[in-house]
Amino acid sequence: MIEQAISFTPQLAASPITEILWLIPAVPIVASGVIAFLKQPKRRMAATLAVGSLSFSLLLAIAAFVHVLAGWSHGAAVRETVNFIWIQFGTTHVDLGWVLDPLSAVMLVMVSFVGLLIFIYSIGYMAHDENYTRFFCFLSLFAGAMLGVVIANSMLLLFMCWEIVGLTSYLLIGFWYQKPSAAAAAKKAFLTTRVGDIFFLLGIVWLFAQTGTLLFYNNGAGSIETGALNALLTQPAALGLTAAGAIGLLIFAGAAGKSGQFPLHVWLPDAMEGPTPVSALIHAATMVAAGVYLIARVYPLMQAGALAGGTTAALTVVTWVGAFTAVFAALIAVAQNDIKRILAYSTVSQLGYMMAGLGMGGVAVGMFHLITHAFFKALLFMGAGSVIHGCHEEQDIRRMGGLRADMPLTFLTYAIGMLALCGFPLFFSGFWSKDGILEAAHHWSVARGPFYMLVFGALLTAFYMTRQVGYVFFGTWRGKKPARESPAVITAPLAILAFFAMALGLIGTPAWPWFRGFIESRAVAFDWHGFAEPGLLALMATSTAVVFLGLGFGWRLYGHDAPSPEQPDVLEAAVPWAWAWLRDRLYIDELYAVTVIAFYGWWTRVADWLDRRVWGGVVAGVACAFRGWANFNRFLDTNWVDGSFDKGCEELSSGGGLLSRVQNGRVQTYLRILAFSVVALVAILIWSSLP
Amino acid sequence: MSFVFYLIAALTVAGGLAAILFKNTVHCALAVTVAFAGQALMFLALDAQFAGFAQILVYVGAVAILIVFAILLTRNSETPKDGVYSKNWFVGLVIAAGVFAVLGWAVLGSVRVLPGPGGAPTATPAVTVLDIGNALMGRYVLPLEIVALLLTAALIGAVIVAMHEKERAK
Amino acid sequence: MNPLAGYLLVAALLFSIGLAGALTRRNAILVLIGIELMLNAANLNLIAFWRYGPHPEALTGMMFAIFSIAVAAAEAAVGLGLVISIHRHAKTTDLDAMNRMKG
Repeated sequence: MIEQAISFTPQLAASPITEILWLIPAVPIVASGVIAFLKQPKRRMAATLAVGSLSFSLLLAIAAFVHVLAGWSHGAAVRETVNFIWIQFGTTHVDLGWVLDPLSAVMLVMVSFVGLLIFIYSIGYMAHDENYTRFFCFLSLFAGAMLGVVIANSMLLLFMCWEIVGLTSYLLIGFWYQKPSAAAAAKKAFLTTRVGDIFFLLGIVWLFAQTGTLLFYNNGAGSIETGALNALLTQPAALGLTAAGAIGLLIFAGAAGKSGQFPLHVWLPDAMEGPTPVSALIHAATMVAAGVYLIARVYPLMQAGALAGGTTAALTVVTWVGAFTAVFAALIAVAQNDIKRILAYSTVSQLGYMMAGLGMGGVAVGMFHLITHAFFKALLFMGAGSVIHGCHEEQDIRRMGGLRADMPLTFLTYAIGMLALCGFPLFFSGFWSKDGILEAAHHWSVARGPFYMLVFGALLTAFYMTRQVGYVFFGTWRGKKPARESPAVITAPLAILAFFAMALGLIGTPAWPWFRGFIESRAVAFDWHGFAEPGLLALMATSTAVVFLGLGFGWRLYGHDAPSPEQPDVLEAAVPWAWAWLRDRLYIDELYAVTVIAFYGWWTRVADWLDRRVWGGVVAGVACAFRGWANFNRFLDTNWVDGSFDKGCEELSSGGGLLSRVQNGRVQTYLRILAFSVVALVAILIWSSLP
Repeated sequence: MSFVFYLIAALTVAGGLAAILFKNTVHCALAVTVAFAGQALMFLALDAQFAGFAQILVYVGAVAILIVFAILLTRNSETPKDGVYSKNWFVGLVIAAGVFAVLGWAVLGSVRVLPGPGGAPTATPAVTVLDIGNALMGRYVLPLEIVALLLTAALIGAVIVAMHEKERAK
Repeated sequence: MNPLAGYLLVAALLFSIGLAGALTRRNAILVLIGIELMLNAANLNLIAFWRYGPHPEALTGMMFAIFSIAVAAAEAAVGLGLVISIHRHAKTTDLDAMNRMKG
């Protein structure tokens, strides 16, 4: 339910900043187009265009955010839209448009800010790559498309930008396309998200068919506004769901693909084949967050029909899937040895947290964790990139160690990010955002299962992050060449992100739930009594205890000296069968290869047979028929037409030959002919004159 | 019809038949002379005395001699190998038979318009040579002159034709 | 059978005989003989019609026949002269062999 704030008046008329809001995604896309035509050596121009366009978008985004902020502080619930008719057929028309409300304003600032930092980071990270220009072209296109997803007021526009985001993800994962593993990973990412997108598209079509519009907000006539929702609730679908619930589930399927929920998570770890800035931007901060953002955007639809305090079937499914994914991915992350792969599974796990938070606690809870996660996960990935860069492109953590001394700045920022991710209490934003989710889970009316799963996930998160930090930064150096610190262009963004990883916590504490109030357009005030809610302090204590437990356990096993690559991991030695299962990613990929991919291979063979034998046969048959017809015509022409013509001419000439025999030069012959003619004529004469 | 007519007719026809049937060309010439004579007798039987005598003078006296001369001048020493009749002689015979058939049909078909059978010859025409002479010089003087011209031309022509060849043959 | 019809039949017979001779004999001179017979038959026709016609005193038939005889004589002379010159050239009077005009 949209809680209409009692004291907040809706502000719907488009202000000047909303009128030009479309520039925010448009400028990076145009920059991408320009860079596409640049020659490869023009590296500085490409980087300048990309960074410059995103800076411009950031400035506009900040201006929009300030506008919403100003409106909010004056008691207006800002939701300004600009809609226009795109295609009209007959009486129906398809509209596109953009919206500026607190949700989109926050996402705009986050995406453009984190994106800009990563762009600057890429200038240093990709400096040695020869395809520098192409990289910035794709990055810029991605940034523009992601911003388009954020401001879209039409499901169709959102879907179009969604697909472009998927395309650029494919292009960027497979950036080093000569590597077969990178090309395969790009294809896997695209196809797996495609599976989700099919359901998404079905949901869109159904929504359009039921409500007649694809706009979200349209002065009361939008597809997720109360009028349409009431209509959807009266429509029954299968399995006891209403149309609203079914459409909600279909849209969640699309979000699950993009955000790597189980069972469509398989592409995300393989996507680490792309360059590290790509992993940081797309697979940590922004693109995977698009799924969460989509659910937040259509939250009224997901929540339609819920009684006060209760929940809907769609949200229940979202919660359980999210909780399961959180634990599932955290388990696998424990046994990975590639620095980026650990972070990838960590991302999948945290996305599960976000989905669970959305399902149980509402838009603000899920979105807060999304924002904080964006910052510290981008920080972690960029830190990992700095480590890889410093270790001369080594990615196996068993070959690193003791980098605390060699790369101090990287270590410091990485540690901040890691503690934020674990949810270290009080000073790190991750603690407050994760706590918000745990609180919502604790109060969930349906079941307690997700709460326990999420707590267990927190334990695992702390454990595997400590394992990773222990392997990488502590102990002795196990690599070949000595490591070195990265240049400032790489470490400066790390520092900025580390600051935000800590500072963002301040806007989400129970004492001052500023973020929640902003998103939901409610008034907030700083109040220490926010901590006095029943059970809140106990919950905070529980989560703190869990984090310390995980940290301690990890420290004990890996803090002093991690084993070398030849020796097995401590846990591996202890429970080798469990370790093998976890290291091999619980065999999900193998399961897919045997079932889905095998079926698809069979299906392609069938289709190929059909195409070659049946359709090809038909075509060949038609061609044969034509050829036969042509041959028949040729036969007719040569033998009958020509033949008869030739025969006729032959007859004529032989007739002429025959006739010429009359003129044989002999007088008596001529005489005979004369006499005969006379006889004939006279006979006729006489006979005709007879009475 | 009188017996004389049949006799003369038989003589003429036999002469004609013999003229075309004999193998020896000279015999043919002599037979045709008999035919000419028979023809003259026919003229006399028809009371055309001048025509009869003219026939004898011209045909028997000149044409027949001419034919004999020509035969003798164009004789080859050997008789033709393939016979005296041409190839396809039967066709010619048939055509000639056809001609006779048509003519006979015409005559017999028009018998009733010819002067009646019972009727005697209408009257012997009293034609004298004087009358013929007067006619020649009077009414028919133009044809006479033309015939004279024709005869002159024929004479000169025949001489030229025969003469030039002779010079070239030399 | 009146006399005129008889004479006409005889003339027709003579004519046919002459035609047969002209059409079937090989020798050119015999062809000329046949032609002379045909002319004779025509003359007989003329005289017969003059004799049994309405106005014998007009002498038309007689004159015609006389002129015909004269012309026939001239034609025989020229024709035979031609045959002789052909004989000089081709060494034969065989009509079957003379097909230089064959087309």
